[in-house]
Amino acid sequence: MSEITPDVIKSHGLTDDEYKLVLDIMGREPNLTELGIFSVMWSEHCSYKSSKKWLKTLPTKAPWVIQGPGENAGVIDIGDGQAAIFKMESHNHPSFIEPYQGAATGVGGIMRDVFTMGARPIANLNALRFGAPEHPKTRHLLSGVVEGIGGYGNCMGVPTVGGETNFHPSYNGNILVNAMTVGLADTNNIFYSAAAGIGNPVVYVGSKTGRDGIHGATMASAEFDDASADKRPTVQVGDPFTEKLLLEACLELMATDMIVAIQDMGAAGLTSSSFEMASKGGVGVELWLDKVPMREEGMTPYELMLSESQERMLMVLKPGCEEAAKAIFDKWELDFAVIGKLTDSKRMTLMWHGDVAGDLPIDPLAEASPEYDRPWEETPKQDRISADSIEQKMPHSEALKTLMGSADLSSRRWIWEQYDHMVMADTVVRPGGDAAVVRVHDTRKGLAVTTDCTPRYVKADPVQGGMQAVAEAYRNLTAVGATPLAITDNMNFGNPERPRIMGQFVGACKGIAEACIALDFPVVSGNVSLYNETNGEGILPTPAIGGVGMLPDVGRMATIALKRKDSVLVMLGSPTGELGQSVYLKNIECREEGAPPPVDLNSEKRVGTLVRGLINANVVRTCHDISDGGLLVAVAEMCLAGNIGADLHMPESGSEIAWLFGEDQGRYIVATRDPDSVTNAAANANVHAVIIGNAGGTAITIEGEDPLELDELRKAHEGWMPNYMAAPLN
Amino acid sequence: MKAAVIVFPGSNCDRDVQVALQNRMGTAPHMVWHRETTLPKTDLIVLPGGFSYGDYLRCGAMAANSPIMRAVIAAAQAGTPVLGICNGFQILIEAGLLPGALMRNRNLKFICKDVHLRVETTDSIFTNRFNNGEIIKIPVAHHDGNYFADDETVKRLKGEGQIVLRYCDNEGETTDVANINGSASNIAGIINEERRIFGLMPHPERVIEPLHRGTHGAMIFDSLMEALA
Repeated sequence: MSEITPDVIKSHGLTDDEYKLVLDIMGREPNLTELGIFSVMWSEHCSYKSSKKWLKTLPTKAPWVIQGPGENAGVIDIGDGQAAIFKMESHNHPSFIEPYQGAATGVGGIMRDVFTMGARPIANLNALRFGAPEHPKTRHLLSGVVEGIGGYGNCMGVPTVGGETNFHPSYNGNILVNAMTVGLADTNNIFYSAAAGIGNPVVYVGSKTGRDGIHGATMASAEFDDASADKRPTVQVGDPFTEKLLLEACLELMATDMIVAIQDMGAAGLTSSSFEMASKGGVGVELWLDKVPMREEGMTPYELMLSESQERMLMVLKPGCEEAAKAIFDKWELDFAVIGKLTDSKRMTLMWHGDVAGDLPIDPLAEASPEYDRPWEETPKQDRISADSIEQKMPHSEALKTLMGSADLSSRRWIWEQYDHMVMADTVVRPGGDAAVVRVHDTRKGLAVTTDCTPRYVKADPVQGGMQAVAEAYRNLTAVGATPLAITDNMNFGNPERPRIMGQFVGACKGIAEACIALDFPVVSGNVSLYNETNGEGILPTPAIGGVGMLPDVGRMATIALKRKDSVLVMLGSPTGELGQSVYLKNIECREEGAPPPVDLNSEKRVGTLVRGLINANVVRTCHDISDGGLLVAVAEMCLAGNIGADLHMPESGSEIAWLFGEDQGRYIVATRDPDSVTNAAANANVHAVIIGNAGGTAITIEGEDPLELDELRKAHEGWMPNYMAAPLN
Repeated sequence: MKAAVIVFPGSNCDRDVQVALQNRMGTAPHMVWHRETTLPKTDLIVLPGGFSYGDYLRCGAMAANSPIMRAVIAAAQAGTPVLGICNGFQILIEAGLLPGALMRNRNLKFICKDVHLRVETTDSIFTNRFNNGEIIKIPVAHHDGNYFADDETVKRLKGEGQIVLRYCDNEGETTDVANINGSASNIAGIINEERRIFGLMPHPERVIEPLHRGTHGAMIFDSLMEALA
């Protein structure tokens, strides 16, 4: 056994103070296995030590919330004895080092989080951020990540129905890969991780354990530097085929009454799963590590406890069920091994061929892990950009074409056509719109799902940006007619030890909390990824929000595509002309500055309620929220989706640029043949409504300008990404 | 009219085709695990889409050697109709029940999208409800659907009317651009000489009701219903 030197402690990512705490807890010097366990359990990734204080401030309750944060995933009630179970999780660092496997295992991990609770995954989404398009690594990373996500999800037979992809130089050395899974379960058959029943068998199922991913959680808790590529061996390798078998076997076992508790082995593998199960249940565990199914010879207790081999689960079974449970795993040709039992010691005792290889108290590791109140600085406010200061450089239609064909707003079809988004045959709104909608199998209900965040807003004003991310998710769900129910958050930030970065995190939490409370849209699960920096440069703060909403009847929903040539376009919500941090400002004026558009949560809720009412009453079947790019981009997206043009009026006064390209929040465009009903309903709801134009023709015609043919616009919009990806190497 | 759907480890469209068969034929199909060695009494065998055995080795290669496949091959040779969808088509080829090979898509990427197809023959139990030359729309979702056969085989398939579906544009032209995966002669689906075994890359089970944004897939099951009921 190696000696515990200061170097060994440092290489395990523990500070001097943390090591002192280790000595206090142990009452002696730990051995290497025990030190390794402390190291991963107390890593930022597993312990949330920098973020816990602020995560506690997020609202997590509503009458429909069955399980909030703290379990493998959040659970909400969707009526009729059914529950939606979902979570989003990051796999940023591994995906930068090895994009295919990093992204693939990210998808595999989040699906396990969901099916370990008894849910069949029914939809996958993602939120991806890459560096500048011109950065030499970007294409390789984008291509590998997309292929990895598809490779895993497609094989699992779970449709990947939505997501978002952005580019920004701040991600050049640290991309973000956030994967979300939504599953469906019966409310009376949900599985939790708290172990119970002294003497009950602890069972290992799934793939064998190898040496892959050792210290992945520690890697995910450190900044990157140029030597990080050397960490390639700590990236896990995924096997979606085994996970598909594991899914079916687990669901088959869950249909019986044999499981007491179950938890997937994710980050920090056997260590975190066993400690969390024991800690939640207030019991001890004796693990017989030599019984763990191993892929390689000569593995040590240290390696077995820290391996992040994929596609594995840990369960506590009811006594006497081992044979019947094993038969199910035999059918699916998966390993099944009793590797320990529950004890009343409240300690984790690691046995290795009859000898004690480690002995640790459970609660101090799992629950009493360090918690930091990191110093933070408020982000300085930026000035609002006055629309009058911006002169028109080109016809608006030309600006539109430029934006629609830019890296920021071009079509992501190249990406989502590599994902099977139709398997399970319940995808009723496919990618490319606001929220995607999957039907709840064998019912008329639909689940609307979306992922959203506008990092440039968050950087300029973390509080407003945090609010906006939640409001945008709320709006995308509303735009299809769904009632927003709950969110999962994936907080991607830089180094929390820098007060400026910690201030971004704190601000975003405040904004998210405020929006969630105002919109009845609680947080039920989430994940924090810090230290997203390379050589001291932080990413744009990116609190990605995954939203889930419910449609009572998929026969009454809206999509963004214009459907009739004789319809009238009505904008709902108040225009204020916000060009700060807008896509227009960035792409046409080459400026990334100003205050982001403010979010008015009262107004947000009023407009949202109106829009859902119109869709659910079948008055409106075409709706799109106004977001990146503003009103004109929203109209253009509706036109391209429906292959119908539009004539747009201009306002009598004020800046035309602000009218067409302002990213003012809380707005939607609906198409209707009965504009009076819509404007009357808006007046009754105290919502600003204005007729902005008419659908028809084959071009977008802005008052006072030449028409822009849809074919020409489509070419720009659809062309950017395929051309970018296919261009020869420099 | 009772069908049997073979379930391999890694099949993932087995439930979808089960639902489609139930929906169009009014009877729930048998679901047969790959380790079985005999088939229940059945009027139609369906090999569903998915990633049997993870597509390891070669798509469909291991499934073609599953225990149940001996029974499937025997039943097929005795005239029981067989429908192989996507991975099922790959398995039929690997099992030698249909000629040719399915290679990696020309662009080397997984492709999931609606495609236009031209119905090349209605002289089959799978397509009798269509019109000759009809342009239909059914989604594909595959990585390895690039049909290949030597010139002589393709010529024979053409001559014998064994090419059932070809990728085309929305006007029915079998252009190179419309040939999404690079298949020989834009082939999307073929039938055997006896016109009882049909393999296709597109997924008819995904377009059986208006909410799917199309119902052309239902017509294939309806054709079978008409021919076999």
